Amino acid sequence: MKKYLVRSAALLGAVSMALPAFAQELSFWSWRQEDREQYEQFIADFEADNPDITISLETIEPQNYNTILSTALAGDSGPDIMMVRAYGAFETVAEAGYLMPLDEETVPGLADMPKPALEAETLRSDGKIYAVPFASQTMLVIYNKDIFDQLGLEEPETWDELLEVSQAIEDAGMYAFANGTGTAWQNETIVSALGSSIIGEDFYNDLMAGETDFTDPRFVEALEALVEISEYFPDGFTGLDYASAQQLFASGMAGMFAGGSFEIANFMSQNPDLDLGVFPAPVKEEGDQHLVGLFFDGGYAGNAQTEHPEAVQKFLSYLASQEFGQQFANSLGNISPIPGVEFEDPLLQEVAELNQNSIPYIMLVHFRYQEPSGSVLIQSEVQEMLAGGKTPEEAAQAVTEGIATYYEPFQQ
Amino acid sequence: MPRLRLTGRTLWITALIVPPLAVMATFVAYPIGSALAYAFYDWQGLQRGEFVGLQNFYNVLFTEPFASWTQRAFMHNIIVFFSLMVIQNGTGFILAYALWRELPGAAFHRVAVFLPVVLSTVIIGFLWKLFFHPIFGPVNQIFRGVGLDFLAQPWLGQSSTALGSLIFVNAWAWIGFPTLVFLAGMQRIPTELLDAARMETDSEWVLIKKIVWPLVAPSATVVFILLFIGSFNWFELPYIMVGLDGSPFGSTDVLGLYFYRTAFGNQSAGVQDFGNGSALAVLIFLFIAVVAAFWTVRLRKREIQL
Repeated sequence: MKKYLVRSAALLGAVSMALPAFAQELSFWSWRQEDREQYEQFIADFEADNPDITISLETIEPQNYNTILSTALAGDSGPDIMMVRAYGAFETVAEAGYLMPLDEETVPGLADMPKPALEAETLRSDGKIYAVPFASQTMLVIYNKDIFDQLGLEEPETWDELLEVSQAIEDAGMYAFANGTGTAWQNETIVSALGSSIIGEDFYNDLMAGETDFTDPRFVEALEALVEISEYFPDGFTGLDYASAQQLFASGMAGMFAGGSFEIANFMSQNPDLDLGVFPAPVKEEGDQHLVGLFFDGGYAGNAQTEHPEAVQKFLSYLASQEFGQQFANSLGNISPIPGVEFEDPLLQEVAELNQNSIPYIMLVHFRYQEPSGSVLIQSEVQEMLAGGKTPEEAAQAVTEGIATYYEPFQQ
Repeated sequence: MPRLRLTGRTLWITALIVPPLAVMATFVAYPIGSALAYAFYDWQGLQRGEFVGLQNFYNVLFTEPFASWTQRAFMHNIIVFFSLMVIQNGTGFILAYALWRELPGAAFHRVAVFLPVVLSTVIIGFLWKLFFHPIFGPVNQIFRGVGLDFLAQPWLGQSSTALGSLIFVNAWAWIGFPTLVFLAGMQRIPTELLDAARMETDSEWVLIKKIVWPLVAPSATVVFILLFIGSFNWFELPYIMVGLDGSPFGSTDVLGLYFYRTAFGNQSAGVQDFGNGSALAVLIFLFIAVVAAFWTVRLRKREIQL
């Protein structure tokens, strides 16, 4: 009996030591359930070039992804490679030391990545990069070209033109905007999608320099504009949730949708006949700069505890390569931050060009590190403001006060 | 040899008791214990920081804006509890009485009333979210159809109606449960008692007040306590219908949502804070345990043994 035990233990040991040499099996977690097929393809491409590495993909429901990932990492059962979010939600995972630090030597593609993309995956406390950023998202207005053509409308440049266009669509018996405010985070997206040009680069720079807060007239003006345009949201828009708003637009019942560039792929899959166009937030005065809101979605990270660090680095390098970026853009319809990627889709090309003039999606990029986060505040304040419960000044005041509980520049 | 038999018996009992005890300890006692421990530490994401004593409790109870969020969520739970007590349990009692007296169609209604209880909360939530849809929802369509346009509201989208709508849906779904429990209680009342009472009075009201109500007291205890626990743990329905934020602007925020958002972070808005979240969980647990225990003892005293 004892002999048998010893033998089997020895055998087990030998097998587990020999295994890595034969095949390195890596697990890869993603929250993009809808992109499963494409990711299988990316993995197949990689495996074809690296026969000694196999990668198994697991997709997890996005709402609870961070919770599940965090729990798995804490329990030493985390994946070797994983998608991580950006900014604050990235830090909660990265800060605990579960992720593998990356640099230009281990992942050469990082050298050419744009700085804001890398910053999204950099831990503020040690300045190290922990993930390969994978997509930028742009806040803008998406419109239905057929409806615009049919009514002889042009992309509005100024706020007055936007009001005219909206009125014209409504007069034709359609919804001007499909947007609803029933789902809290939609209130944050519309501020950036419709208000970025009014908020302006100057305000953003002053805010970052700690010279102003959200009660600044430039920010309040954007909120006022939002109240004005909400006239053209569907009746009962306060109870219209995100999914319904998407359906309204995808079904061609509404002319415009203020939101993220990530909606485009979604709309096209719901209704492939749609002819879509995009325009940046309109300006108040003619001649002002048109801006879009920009943020990075997330990145691919390696597990610091992985048994196959080199294989992980190899795969991450592939994910940071231009070849992958091109595939990613073409098959998923997302904007890859990797330089030199060309977009087949003219709409994506247009979004990529609009990204040249952008300000960050402020609350996510800078104020989602601590509670009450700027996002929590602006979502509920704008929701209340659009329901008529608060004035733009009051909403801006409440946002500032909430952030001031931990953010020093606002405390004066 | 009696001693040996006794040992065998002890062994047997031990073997039967240990597995469930182990399961309880691992999956109930341990998580509660560790949540209690978590609540006393500072957390940086998933990383446990230093011991901070009661700081997290102080945060959620006394620092703004968390204090007013806690208060707001707690107030909403209280509203939910009292509304459901009246609507769900009150109507449940009346329905049970009607079913017990076997009014015409009782057999059908017994099933009909209980049917929604069998449905999954997820289905109920999605279904009613669709029913309340401001544009296409049947609720508003019907109001418009019968000329009551002013009643066609974005029910889930305005602070004045959102919580009420959730309470209504909960009552719709769960009314069968108190009804069934009350009905079972009523069916246990001996007919001799009722016959004797009928000789004294013709009034249904007196019958209910003097005979039925006191004798279904054990059922009432069960139903009240379960409703109390359910109301303060309320999560699934609001989560499905209004989201983690208690949309619109916190009008439907309850302790369950608030705890979840704080501890695990809301993907589209916030960050996770295990410390404050655990503190909230501990407070909710303590509140429910203490009040439920106290109340059970009080209600038990009132019950009459047949």
